[in-house]
Amino acid sequence: MIAHAVFFYIFSVIAIVSAIMVTASKNTVHSVFFLILDFISISCLFIIIGAEFLGMIMLIVYVGAVAVLFLFVVMMLNVAQQKNQWFLSKTSSRHIPIGMIISAIIFFELIIVVGGWKYKPDLFSSNNSYSDEISNTHSLGQILYTDYIHIFQISGMILLVAMIGAIVLTFRQREGVKTQSYIKQISRERSEGVELIDTPSNKGVKIDD
Amino acid sequence: MTEIGLGHYLTLGAVIFSIGVIGIFLNRKNIIVILMSIELILLAVNINLVSFSIYLGNLTGQVFTLFILTVAAAEAAIGLAIIVVYYRNSGTIRVEEIDKLKG
Repeated sequence: MIAHAVFFYIFSVIAIVSAIMVTASKNTVHSVFFLILDFISISCLFIIIGAEFLGMIMLIVYVGAVAVLFLFVVMMLNVAQQKNQWFLSKTSSRHIPIGMIISAIIFFELIIVVGGWKYKPDLFSSNNSYSDEISNTHSLGQILYTDYIHIFQISGMILLVAMIGAIVLTFRQREGVKTQSYIKQISRERSEGVELIDTPSNKGVKIDD
Repeated sequence: MTEIGLGHYLTLGAVIFSIGVIGIFLNRKNIIVILMSIELILLAVNINLVSFSIYLGNLTGQVFTLFILTVAAAEAAIGLAIIVVYYRNSGTIRVEEIDKLKG
């Protein structure tokens, strides 16, 4: 229990500090790196608490895909030079108290909910509950592919739509690039592809004059 | 203090959620950081779902965390694509200068 507490406090302090640094750091690249650190520490917390599969998926999806995507976009857009100095600019300083008040209200509402929360022990059905014989991944797979199979496939469709949307949004046809045009190749006719010329003897043929 | 219960994890989720909201409100320079704050908020939601799922002994929360992860990845991909297109068209992604809709 002591080890659990120690590791919980270490990782949650790292997570909170890096979350603050995500919003407050001046350089966008540093923000992305702090976001990666945040995801790593939260996935460590998930592994500690017993959700190993989600911790590992978190590492793969967020650190491996989303954070690298963010890094790529930051690199492509050349915004590393645009300093993120919201605390220095005049026009944005009037947003600071509003934002602080709203997030403080949200925080205290969440804390009130947590503090006053009790649950009935018989509220939850036991068919999805834990058992000690099989691992977390095994039990998750057992209900993911049976009870939630339709939602699982819909989430696959969401990923497909996101992929198509990203490609459609960022694809552009550039001028002056020589590419193969299938429609042009297929729609050639004999009349424009072949020309028959009567050649007088000893005169030669002029082409493309 | 040494007994880590559900309340600790929920408090951590609340703190990270509030930091994400602060990030959305205060950041006026760079829209990528706003997307990262949205990722932080989704992360806080995931923390809540997973801790409830573990402490109540019901796996449904973890399944839904998986779906939230999927939606977050799709949202990041689409949002970054929109940012790339906007930067290509207008040359800036500063939040103060994105006012074409006059909102």
